[in-house]
Amino acid sequence: MYALIVFLPLFGALIAGFLSLYQRDRAAEVITISGLLLSLSLSLIAFANVGIGGVPETVNLGRWISSGGFVANWSLRFDTLTVVMLIVVTGVSSMVHIYSVGYMSHDIARARFMSYLSLFTFAMLMLVTADNLVQMFFGWEGVGVASYLLIGFWYKKESAHAAAMKAFVVNRVGDFGFALGILAVYALFGSIQFDDIFAQSSSFAATNLNFLGYNLPALEVAGILLFIGAMGKSAQLGLHTWLPDAMEGPTPVSALIHAATMVTAGVFMICRLSPMLEYAPFALDVITVIGALTAIFAATIGMTQFDIKRVIAYSTCSQLGYMFFAAGVSAYPAAMFHLTTHAFFKALLFLGAGSVIHAMSDEQDLRNMGGIWKKVPVTYVMMWIGSLALAGFPFFAGYYSKDMILEAAYAAHSVPASIAFWLGCAAAFLTAFYSWRLLIMAFHGVPRASAETMAHVHESPRVMTLPLLALAVGAVFAGWLGYELFVGTDMKQFWGESIFILPTNTAMENAHHVPAWVKTLPVVLAAAGVGFAVLFYGLMTSIPAKIAALLRPLYLLFFNKWYFDELYDAVFVRPAVRIGTFLWQRGDQDTIDGFGPDGISVFVYRLSGVLSRIQTGFLFHYAFAMLIGVVVMVTWYYFRFMRA
Amino acid sequence: MIDNWPILSIVTFMPLAGVLFLLMIRGDEITVAQNSRYVALWVSSFTFLVSLPLLIAFDSAAVGYQFQEKGNWLAGTGIGYHMGVDGISMPFVMLSTFLMPLSILASWKAITHRVREYMIAFLVLETMMVGMFVSLDMLMFYLFFEAVLIPMFLIIGVWGGPRRVYAAFKFFLYTLFGSVLMLICMLAMYIDAGTTNIPGITTHQFADSMQTWLFLGFLASFAVKVPMWPVHTWLPDAHVEAPTAGSMILAGVLLKMGGYGFLRFSLPMFPLASEFFAPLIFTLSIIAVIYTSLVALAQSDMKKMIAYSSVAHMGFVTIGIFTMTEQGIAGAMFQMISHGLVSAALFFSVGVVYDRLHTREISAYGGVATVMPRYAVFFMFMMLASVGLPGTSGFVGEMLVLVGAWHASSWVAFFTATGLVLGATYMLWLYRRVMFGAIISDEVKAMEPMHVREYSIFLPLSALVLLFGVYPMAVLDVMSVSIQFVLDGLSASGLSILAAK
Repeated sequence: MYALIVFLPLFGALIAGFLSLYQRDRAAEVITISGLLLSLSLSLIAFANVGIGGVPETVNLGRWISSGGFVANWSLRFDTLTVVMLIVVTGVSSMVHIYSVGYMSHDIARARFMSYLSLFTFAMLMLVTADNLVQMFFGWEGVGVASYLLIGFWYKKESAHAAAMKAFVVNRVGDFGFALGILAVYALFGSIQFDDIFAQSSSFAATNLNFLGYNLPALEVAGILLFIGAMGKSAQLGLHTWLPDAMEGPTPVSALIHAATMVTAGVFMICRLSPMLEYAPFALDVITVIGALTAIFAATIGMTQFDIKRVIAYSTCSQLGYMFFAAGVSAYPAAMFHLTTHAFFKALLFLGAGSVIHAMSDEQDLRNMGGIWKKVPVTYVMMWIGSLALAGFPFFAGYYSKDMILEAAYAAHSVPASIAFWLGCAAAFLTAFYSWRLLIMAFHGVPRASAETMAHVHESPRVMTLPLLALAVGAVFAGWLGYELFVGTDMKQFWGESIFILPTNTAMENAHHVPAWVKTLPVVLAAAGVGFAVLFYGLMTSIPAKIAALLRPLYLLFFNKWYFDELYDAVFVRPAVRIGTFLWQRGDQDTIDGFGPDGISVFVYRLSGVLSRIQTGFLFHYAFAMLIGVVVMVTWYYFRFMRA
Repeated sequence: MIDNWPILSIVTFMPLAGVLFLLMIRGDEITVAQNSRYVALWVSSFTFLVSLPLLIAFDSAAVGYQFQEKGNWLAGTGIGYHMGVDGISMPFVMLSTFLMPLSILASWKAITHRVREYMIAFLVLETMMVGMFVSLDMLMFYLFFEAVLIPMFLIIGVWGGPRRVYAAFKFFLYTLFGSVLMLICMLAMYIDAGTTNIPGITTHQFADSMQTWLFLGFLASFAVKVPMWPVHTWLPDAHVEAPTAGSMILAGVLLKMGGYGFLRFSLPMFPLASEFFAPLIFTLSIIAVIYTSLVALAQSDMKKMIAYSSVAHMGFVTIGIFTMTEQGIAGAMFQMISHGLVSAALFFSVGVVYDRLHTREISAYGGVATVMPRYAVFFMFMMLASVGLPGTSGFVGEMLVLVGAWHASSWVAFFTATGLVLGATYMLWLYRRVMFGAIISDEVKAMEPMHVREYSIFLPLSALVLLFGVYPMAVLDVMSVSIQFVLDGLSASGLSILAAK
């Protein structure tokens, strides 16, 4: 039965894909949505049995790859970590499916869109139910392809297919690390099955491994390589450049893939590997620092962007940073908790933004919005709820999970954890700031759109607002409901064996006993952030421009996304093509062919030309040559033999 | 009863018998052309059917060669007519017989002059390919191995593009150069061992110094066939000029002759030299993976780009073989089978649009997905298989090769894995420029949708690529005993790499 959770979306995708050939859009919508809803119901049952009931289960489906000792089976693993992800994935995915019926209603290829959405869901479910690293890689690449297809869904747009390709290639760079990580794990453990890896991790804590000529601690190497994979998928600093561009995809895609589920796969992977990573303290420190840097870095960009979706995209990037540094300080339950609450409120924000874009006739620039809150009241309220949850205001979902992460970072008492704590607090301030900047610019003030656009502004249909309501319920209550289970008193029993924390790593326990100022600081900072946003964008709207002028270099740095795209373009993209052309023309054509076949044939041709010139046809030439030959031979014979 | 049939001889020579039928066709030019197409299609399809018992009756658990046939030929000289297959050659026989009818279908409309001669060339080519894979006598192997050149030379040289003569001669000279050295080595082996029987020579111990020279002689031949860097430059030219079906067979089967040769000759017969030269092979293969991937990125001709990608993919194969690990060799074998299907499909994909627009320039296209959505699906699937997406056959081979490569050295694995990134880059870029974007040319706008004939080529290829991606054991199980046999032979010769295991 559990296998159906994973495969129903696949069937839906296949049928919808088939229907798309015959333009049967409505049928495709019905089939994929019913598949997803069924999958969601089964996931709820699985959550009750496995998560609450505490009975993990593994479903074996058969052999996949087996060669010598290298064995990867098709096998679905259902433990607490998995069922939490099942709820998140099928929950958000089914809401996004329903929302898409309204959002895509004017599109000519709705069946294809629904098929891709379900295909993505299948791949994501394969990822979270994986029982071994190679099957996880299957889901990992599968979501990558689905993401590629969906970002490039409007494939006639240059920017869309450019973004799609960028997403795939940057993810491949991460996958390069993932693949090497799998190899390192196999070299070390002789298996890629999670159970085998976890059972042996403690005994390999002090083992070294030869990697690229260096003798390094084996688990650290494997951990960091796998984390490079996670960085690609979860858009962490350095490999984040694809995520903002991915906003070229239709907005439901951004909500599902680039906010709630796929980008959190990296966090999930780190939590899944907790039994191994706990013995790799240096790798955990790396994760902490990268996560913390991403959290602040993305927030600085987020507050300067004008595209409504890109602001939320950078916010996602930043929140993923929080999850990573939580995992890095061994607070995996807090990371998973934030992953869950974030899925609801970020999907809500994206779908709300989609509703705004829909209302504004496909306008995405905040500078051309404003003054529409009365015309789209439901969307407006939803965006408020999402923003309150994101900024971590008391009793909204983000309050419980984000504060938990900051408290754990404070309680971990290590240098990387302290860096993470302070950067995380600063990012919390910026988060609130850019969230209210977005709210005010989008909904309040004087309308900046054309009169024609303003005349068309309308609330979205029920099929779009109802999923928003469902997600809003999650954004309000998920934190409060989940607190005790995920990170509170029932934590140990709930997670069971799916998350492992060394007894010496006490961040999670001590997080409940931090000083009061640690608990209140994030809330105060968030309130301050809101205050500044209201001041700058609501009351004294000339301030932002003045600050931007005053701190122009800094502003440009943030606005141009720290010039990462320009840097990569100059360092990797353009040289690659140039080197390729060079190798082709100078290497293949001039050198190999020049000295090889072409060179030899030219040489033979010339040689025969020279030789044929000797054959003049004049008898006296031949007679003369003969005479010289005789003289030479006689002379040689004389000197060689006669003189002796 | 079926056990007694000389099934390998039948599969090998049936296409040659088909040639007789082709010669008997009479009538005006159009009748001859049409009948030749049908005869060739029927003969090659029937050959495929006849080869199926090989697959069904093959005993994966048995050690050694199956379906053996021995005949008296040059009795008393140690040379004889000897055929047989094991888990290493059987998949290649099936690949050849499977691809041949598809290639003939692919030539249906594209070839319009001298159709009969073209079909004769293809059927002769099939006999030579199959014969090469089933030969268990070195002299027979050599004859088939060389004879493959002749029909392919004609296919490129007669039915090829504008620079066909240059490409055909380049192809011929390169491969002939390698073969001469191989022939000298074979003579030396015959003198030393007193037989040309392959199973017999495999158990013969050549002296260390002799192994070195023999290895290098065979390397010269096989490296050209694979092709390995830096003797790969014939391949892009040959592919660009060859007709679509010629490219399909060239990439699908002919490139595998080198890899097969390494597994049949170099590794089992010259184990010490193989170990000694493994670092050289790794170096050349890694250069191939990175160098040709970058060159592929710079191409503006679709076929040339896919040709360069073939060189990169075959780099994985040679790395896998010389890791001398079970995963490495199995991965290399799997990669060859997978590449046979995927590259044939990719070259056919180019053929489909070439038949409509008569250009291979990438810049002439753009937005094809709008006019040919179903073609876009197949092309996308094969493109993803080519970049090694898990769930397609392309992934399994690459993954296993990487596992083997790490065993040899993490450096080898590291550089080989860069192929994952580079491969994705050029393939996605190709797809993007051809299929996506707005339609800019009126010719593209007028492109016809796919025909039934084209579906019937894509569908079987896609089905197998998917099947081998989800259930690769269908292939891996067949090979594992034979690979283990090769490895046992290597460890019996006391190699230090294997001793370290």
